[in-house]
Amino acid sequence: MKKILNSNIKNYAALILLAVLTVVFAVLSLCGALKTSTAYLLEEIAIKIILALSLSLVVGFLGELSLGHAGFMCVGAYLGGKTAALLVNPLGNGLLTLAVALVVGGICAGLCGFLIGLPALRLRGDYLAITTLAFGEIVRTLFQNTSEQSFGGPIGLATPRFEKSFFYVICFAMAAITLFVIQNLIRSKHGRAIKAIRDNEIAAKATGINVTRYKLIGFVLSAVFAGIAGVLYSYTKFNVSSQTFDYNYSIEILVIVVLGGMGSINGSIISAVLITFLNRELANVLTGNLAVLKDLIYALILIAIVIYTNAPALKNFREKYSIEGFKKRRKEKEQNG
Amino acid sequence: MAENKFIAEDGREIVLRADHLCIQFGGLKAVDDVNLQIKQGELYGLIGPNGAGKTTVFNLLTGVYKPTSGRFYLCGEDLTGKAPAEVNKKGIARTFQNIRLFGKLTVLENVMVGLSNQIPCSMFESIFRLPRHKKSEAEYRKRAMELLEVFGLAEYSEHLACNLPYGKQRKLEIARAMATNPKLLLLDEPAAGMNPNETQELMDDITFIRQKFGITILLIEHDMRLVGGICEKVTVLNFGTELAKGETATVLNDPEVVKAYLGE
Repeated sequence: MKKILNSNIKNYAALILLAVLTVVFAVLSLCGALKTSTAYLLEEIAIKIILALSLSLVVGFLGELSLGHAGFMCVGAYLGGKTAALLVNPLGNGLLTLAVALVVGGICAGLCGFLIGLPALRLRGDYLAITTLAFGEIVRTLFQNTSEQSFGGPIGLATPRFEKSFFYVICFAMAAITLFVIQNLIRSKHGRAIKAIRDNEIAAKATGINVTRYKLIGFVLSAVFAGIAGVLYSYTKFNVSSQTFDYNYSIEILVIVVLGGMGSINGSIISAVLITFLNRELANVLTGNLAVLKDLIYALILIAIVIYTNAPALKNFREKYSIEGFKKRRKEKEQNG
Repeated sequence: MAENKFIAEDGREIVLRADHLCIQFGGLKAVDDVNLQIKQGELYGLIGPNGAGKTTVFNLLTGVYKPTSGRFYLCGEDLTGKAPAEVNKKGIARTFQNIRLFGKLTVLENVMVGLSNQIPCSMFESIFRLPRHKKSEAEYRKRAMELLEVFGLAEYSEHLACNLPYGKQRKLEIARAMATNPKLLLLDEPAAGMNPNETQELMDDITFIRQKFGITILLIEHDMRLVGGICEKVTVLNFGTELAKGETATVLNDPEVVKAYLGE
């Protein structure tokens, strides 16, 4: 029994941590102990966690390179934000409006995910990456060229910011839900099928797996959560600008997933927190023309990861300072008495 | 579909029947008028020199390619033109000449993927961890471990498939194919790259699973010791056409077959 309990705690460590954090933040905000700037950072972190988790479903588990994740988020932010803006007067700026906006944004983004999933069944690797990249840019440009009455056009869409200061608690709760769904999906027969497709599509087909179905599910689910993240994002701002969702944003999410380790859920969460924090600190330091350097940092991080994980010269170092290496040494120590 | 079953003269059911299978790639007839009749429980060999079209026949029988003409039936059911996953669900499983495992999954998970269609559990049930999820996962694990034990892989169950030694990977591929509960098992050069000891072990395994599961097997092989040792009947392909077929001993001594393999 104790063993089962232990393994359960281990399996759900990230989920439990997120849930605990949500509660802690809720308590903190009730006491009014958080600075506004910290609250903003927490909102951003939770949204990035959702984005990273949803992208890792496609990139890390399904094994398809998608460069248009910001596009799905954009759909969610605009359509969810518009819904919220329309509903604020009749329903008030409360949880109900937010819930409707989340549903609308999620579903609309999910539909786009379905549309992108269709070519993804035929395209592979670089070609799919280009298609998704194009999708992201098309969506952004479309919203940029709408009329002022509909989606605000180049000025951006005016959205209601959540009236209460505890919005980050809601963001964290949504992140926990995302984690719950994606983690449970991955750790089931469906998740095994998705990973099997990543490892060898031909063998997956020959083993009776409906590749079409699972690929579409992967893309749709990933897009739904990106859409939800978009709605939350629109709620953190008074104004949603299409400029935000350019391809650099997609790349940023991808960097988070790669830094966290492909196919590692906990890794994605940790790196989402790290990168968002780093991003903020850098934005404070690098102002004016220096702001360009921020994007350079991502490139440097990626290069560093590639070198660290692959360079033969660092093999000993990796083994010595990795978690596996640590566990192995501990085991050896135990065995030696 | 019971009424459509083909029965051979000796009363055994014909599991696989292929009629006049042909496939053309542009101007090249890769497989030209191949006919097969494999009876329940039989171990049938498909041999021939390199490029004779053996693997192409496998790809036709598993839905990877659609035949230009001709049809094939599994236990009387026409499976021509069906997609690979569909063909597998109907009861044809295969292994590959160049091993195709799910490398980043564990040995156990590889077999569990094979079991996917055996035990139902919807995505909703999995995500919300409803009772059926737990039950089906336990059942997956149990059945997969049973299969791994049959193939002597139980002790490796938690290893990543890509870390297994070559011979064990071949076995795991067969175990995964068997997990889909097939009526017909297609083995594409199972002994390729194996040393004589491993080949012997493999022959024992094949004989064992035939007895245990009563399965019908069609295998492609170059190792004549293996073919002569376990196959009851063979078909020899050469340039996509049937060169000879019948009892293994007779066919292997056919001068035409020797000529195709060794030249004059």
